[in-house]
Amino acid sequence: MLKVKTENLRSNILKDIAEISGENVADCYQCGKCTSACPVNQAMDILPHQVLRLLQLGMVDEILESKTIWICASCFTCAGRCPRDVDLANVMEGLRLTLLRQRDASRIKAEDMPEILSKGMPEQGVVSGFRKYVK
Amino acid sequence: MKRIGVFVCKCGTNIAGTVDVEAVVEAAKKMPGVVHAAEYTYMCSEIGQTMIQDAIESEKLDRIVVSACSPRLHEPTFRKAAEAAGLNPYLVEIANIREHCSWVHKDEEEATKKAIAMARTAVAKAARSRELEPSEISVEDRALVVGAGIAGIQAALDIADAGYEVDLVEKSSTIGGRMAQLDKTFPTLDCSACILTPKMVDAASHPNINLITYSEVENVDGYVGNFEVTIRKKARYVDMEKCTGCGICYEKCPSKVDNDFDEGLAQRKAIYVPFPQAVPNKPVIDRPNCRWFEKGKCAVCQKVCPTEAVDFEMEDEIVEQKYGAIVVATGFDLLKLDDFGEFSYGKHPDIITSLEFERLINASGPSGGKLVRPSNQEVPENVVFIQCVGSRDKSRGKPYCSKICCMYTAKHAILIKEKYPDTQAYVFYIDVRTGGKEFEEFHRRAVENYDATYLRGIVGKVFPDGDKLLVHGVDSLSGRTVEIEADMVVLATAMTAREDAGAVSRLMGVSCDSHDFMTEAHAKLRPVETHSAGIFLAGACLGPKDIPETVAQASGAAAKAIGIISKETLLSDPCVSEVDESTCTGCMNCINVCPYKAISEKTLEEKVHGKVVRRLVAEINEVLCQGCGACTVACRPGAMNLRGFSNDQILAEVDAVCL
Repeated sequence: MLKVKTENLRSNILKDIAEISGENVADCYQCGKCTSACPVNQAMDILPHQVLRLLQLGMVDEILESKTIWICASCFTCAGRCPRDVDLANVMEGLRLTLLRQRDASRIKAEDMPEILSKGMPEQGVVSGFRKYVK
Repeated sequence: MKRIGVFVCKCGTNIAGTVDVEAVVEAAKKMPGVVHAAEYTYMCSEIGQTMIQDAIESEKLDRIVVSACSPRLHEPTFRKAAEAAGLNPYLVEIANIREHCSWVHKDEEEATKKAIAMARTAVAKAARSRELEPSEISVEDRALVVGAGIAGIQAALDIADAGYEVDLVEKSSTIGGRMAQLDKTFPTLDCSACILTPKMVDAASHPNINLITYSEVENVDGYVGNFEVTIRKKARYVDMEKCTGCGICYEKCPSKVDNDFDEGLAQRKAIYVPFPQAVPNKPVIDRPNCRWFEKGKCAVCQKVCPTEAVDFEMEDEIVEQKYGAIVVATGFDLLKLDDFGEFSYGKHPDIITSLEFERLINASGPSGGKLVRPSNQEVPENVVFIQCVGSRDKSRGKPYCSKICCMYTAKHAILIKEKYPDTQAYVFYIDVRTGGKEFEEFHRRAVENYDATYLRGIVGKVFPDGDKLLVHGVDSLSGRTVEIEADMVVLATAMTAREDAGAVSRLMGVSCDSHDFMTEAHAKLRPVETHSAGIFLAGACLGPKDIPETVAQASGAAAKAIGIISKETLLSDPCVSEVDESTCTGCMNCINVCPYKAISEKTLEEKVHGKVVRRLVAEINEVLCQGCGACTVACRPGAMNLRGFSNDQILAEVDAVCL
């Protein structure tokens, strides 16, 4: 049984996800079109609209343990079809970043930069590496 | 010396919660001209009004200032109260210390100072108020109804039954509107045409109703009680007196055109009657598609007509008529699905809108009432209905709910099962909305007795796969993605305003919202009136609604219209502009800015030094003038003044605040 706790609805982790994605999960009215449209929904354990429902109820942990957020191909079909203008692809990215930052897998350190750049890593890789791992 | 009474309302805690009302009263007592000041909790109540009336008598007050809520609410209340006590109602001034003060400020000290300033302003204005008398307008005792669907027909019948003449103008060649396109209506499953056609016949035969079909309103001038309307009666090219409605002409006509009435699923001829029960049942020629008009060849209709009714020389006729009131009932359209590519509408003939489905199952429709796939004329095994296509959609469609689709889809599911017990209906929905009498019970019958399978989830894509249509959706309640092989997919498409609704609104002088639905004067309390006096609205032109609501609104609008045309005269608002002819230089700048065409030129003849001099001055039509005040601003010599808001009053208000 899910014990719905008001403090879970207002947790910091939800605020972070909202800030990273720029989306308000309350906008979703659970029509399921994102799930219907998702081209990789067959491989997911939690369906896209269910991810948003769990977020609405503050149950982030379950999502972070799922395969779904990594199966997501960021194709934006869900975002394009959503009648409420909820960019679910952004929310998925927010979830992925939240998980990465929790694991603190900061593989790129500022002091290593000159060496990494001199070895020929493209700047995009650098920027993206920083953005994903460093808050 | 003026004797002004100031009455400050506490409005429960609405005002008193932020403004120190007693302090306002004390300050008012010291204002110039004020001989009496009092407060009460609810000034608009009977006790409050009696308090004002008693004070007018006992203190011999000749001006009243009420510091209370917005004049939009209770200005009439206080004016009536003053009038009952023998004071001219236009000697009452309202200071809005609620919406303009206590409701928008939190600091009590500042709010109280502001309320006192507002009271001082109102006192300064009241000191310069003059008695005003409304003038009388004559009223034409006939009404105009624009649009002859069920809303227009009902409104016309009600006005006609009350004994007044009504002109019922309709753009298409027949009355009946959308209801004529429907098969059965929910929740009674009455045959739509069977309940509509008696009303159509009534409208056609009623002695007080003039049917003006195949016509459009071109211009509306004037004002309540005296609308001057120009109607264009389009050329039918068929003489209505001679035509017997035998139908030989359209039988023989060689041209075929997609029939709008059948939503493009069938064709009609260039000379045509939209549907068999049309009223009037006389054809018109669709000029752009007629071979005679295009190439000068054919004219078969003229040759076969037994009464020589076809007349290619006919021209549009312009009619000008006066009306006391107008009811606008111009109906709705369906959303264009260009932005909804995921449903493949338009890419396969078996993917259709709900209105197209309605035509398919209608006995007078393109397939004679047999539900067959447009692609191969076979009865479908699986029909998938998708709700909310373009509705409840703030991304690519309309944000509102179209209200009727949950009900008509349940109806469609029931009708399919009745005729074709082997066919299965699937309905993909977000919510099922059944807020009407017997509506919920109707929907449950579709699920429980007619085997409709409802899946809560919206379809992501529909695409052809061989002979079938693959529908990819989700059943969110069981948490499973689903795929259905459908033979037909029906899209419950959003109801929208008609394409020309914006233009029609402007023509009629009514406002419309961002979706081009015409706006009522007040969403709750004045649902069929507009802010333009004398013009009323009914039906789907206001927004999505079903037939019972439409008929109710039509009768409501008719009652309002009758309320106007049943009067001998109407009283007009006396707060209109006036010209000081001695100061007017005749520059006519005012005419350029008047939105109501209320100002005209007048030639004055005056004796100056023994000679007769003629000069131009402005003249105001007090009935057309709506008191907007634009002319008072545009007037260079300052000859224009607005009664009730005169220049000296406004300047006195400014002085009261600033000095």
